[in-house]
Amino acid sequence: MPILEGKGVTKYFGGLVAVSNVDFHVKQGEALGLIGPNGAGKTTLFNLISAALVPKSGIIRFKGEEITGLKPYKICRMGVARTFQTVKIFPDMPVLDNVVLGSYFGMSPGLSSSDAVIKALEILEFMGLSEMKAAPAKDLTLANQKRLEVARALATDPELLLLDEIMAGLNPAEVGQAMELVTRIRERGITIVMIEHVMKAIMNMCERIMVLHHGAKIAEGTPREIATSKKVIEVYLGEKAHAGS
Amino acid sequence: MGIVVRLLSKRSFDLGLPLLILILLATSPFYAPEYTVILLTSIFMYIIITVSWAIFSGPTGYISLASAAFFGVGIYTSAILGKALPLPLVIFIGSLVSFCLALLVGALTLRLRGIYFVMFTFGLVELLLHFILWWEVNITCTTGRVVPTVSNTTVYYLMLIVFVILMLTAYFIRHSKFGLALQSIGEYEEAAAHTGVNVTVLKITIFAISAFFMGAAGAIMATRWTYIDPRIAFNPIISFLPVLMAIFGGMGNLFGPVIGAAIFTYLEEFLITRFPYHYMLVFGIILLIAILYLPDGLVGLIQKLWKRISGGKDADT
Repeated sequence: MPILEGKGVTKYFGGLVAVSNVDFHVKQGEALGLIGPNGAGKTTLFNLISAALVPKSGIIRFKGEEITGLKPYKICRMGVARTFQTVKIFPDMPVLDNVVLGSYFGMSPGLSSSDAVIKALEILEFMGLSEMKAAPAKDLTLANQKRLEVARALATDPELLLLDEIMAGLNPAEVGQAMELVTRIRERGITIVMIEHVMKAIMNMCERIMVLHHGAKIAEGTPREIATSKKVIEVYLGEKAHAGS
Repeated sequence: MGIVVRLLSKRSFDLGLPLLILILLATSPFYAPEYTVILLTSIFMYIIITVSWAIFSGPTGYISLASAAFFGVGIYTSAILGKALPLPLVIFIGSLVSFCLALLVGALTLRLRGIYFVMFTFGLVELLLHFILWWEVNITCTTGRVVPTVSNTTVYYLMLIVFVILMLTAYFIRHSKFGLALQSIGEYEEAAAHTGVNVTVLKITIFAISAFFMGAAGAIMATRWTYIDPRIAFNPIISFLPVLMAIFGGMGNLFGPVIGAAIFTYLEEFLITRFPYHYMLVFGIILLIAILYLPDGLVGLIQKLWKRISGGKDADT
């Protein structure tokens, strides 16, 4: 049984089709890459899974249980955590408090305050953010803010983590560090779906890739299959190759 | 843990001074002139409204102008039930009615944000004012009501008790995980929801708790005003004052709204006796200066000065 699956998921914004009749599944423990040109509906799909948006039609199941129509906090407490394309950390809170919130309200609520802090400190250590735990989150570099967002998501004890362009805007060294982190997160047994424009990362780290274009799924397969798919090259990789990335 | 140790030592220090002040306040009717007791009652009334307002609006950034509505509901409960029931029960019912009203209003309006929320909450004050005005004129054929009075000392002690319960409530909310969650709602509501916070239930509950205390203050104050009508009970100024007082005192600290409300009320009393014709003007100028030059309020200013005195090395933390 897949940990996450969607059947006929559809979302309109006014007359515009954002996500159109998309079927997908994510296997336990895998890393699925989600790619497609800007406006393809990748982030919308994340918003539908995490319940930031409600689909017009279609069904999404997490571990066999239907989650369409639930509230975002419920989805989070069931074990689906996410990050945001534009970072949404709590800017005026200390780094530690950003993460403590996750350990208080995530999968295992009812944690005492000292346990929540201990858990948050452990995650900050894991993410390499320990040194700046007392700084206001807004003072961090973009790379660290993105890490902090991942740390906050991890603090909720997710089984499935949705990463929305965590490498966008990072320099090559930071991209390397981010890739290493994602690998270590997977070693914790967490299933990952990632939206990414950094092809090197997607091709190296994901077992499977799904390609969206104008809201529809146009291809799905191993990185090799996707890289050699004519259709994908036409709509996506072809343009990107010319753009030089 | 370093944090736990810091919390503990800070807590024992934090408790000593408030306890001393509390003892002084509790015994003041025995030695202070009656005028002082009456003034203190007014001050407590404003402190209660301001601190309750700040419990919800401070961390979340949802600026509520419904305070006068919840305060007025307390006043009217006192006026209607005052003759029939003992005062403590009347106060409790007044608080409870405000609490329930806030649950209802919260469920309807807390999905609004920014200026829409502000306008709706203010609309609630006008709505209740005119509804009760209409009711009194057309159904009960009265325009005002007489509230049974009690002694000034009783009113003072009741206010003091509500104040203490409120401060304990505010302290526990602020230092619990719900305080952190409220702050996260203020900083990025969407992210808070995706981090497992049930934002809707939390906002509505805290909004209702804040209304509970405003209702209590209204129910107590009604006994001192003796005669009330809808325009007195639902005076819109009660919606604006807590906002100004909280900003004046500073909202970064639990005691900011307390100090803001206390000084503000005293200042008003002082100016009204010294400059009966120009006091509003002087008052307005003081407010403008405070808002322009004290971004973190009086408490922020005191903290800044304290840090400068006690050593400049961590002056900007």
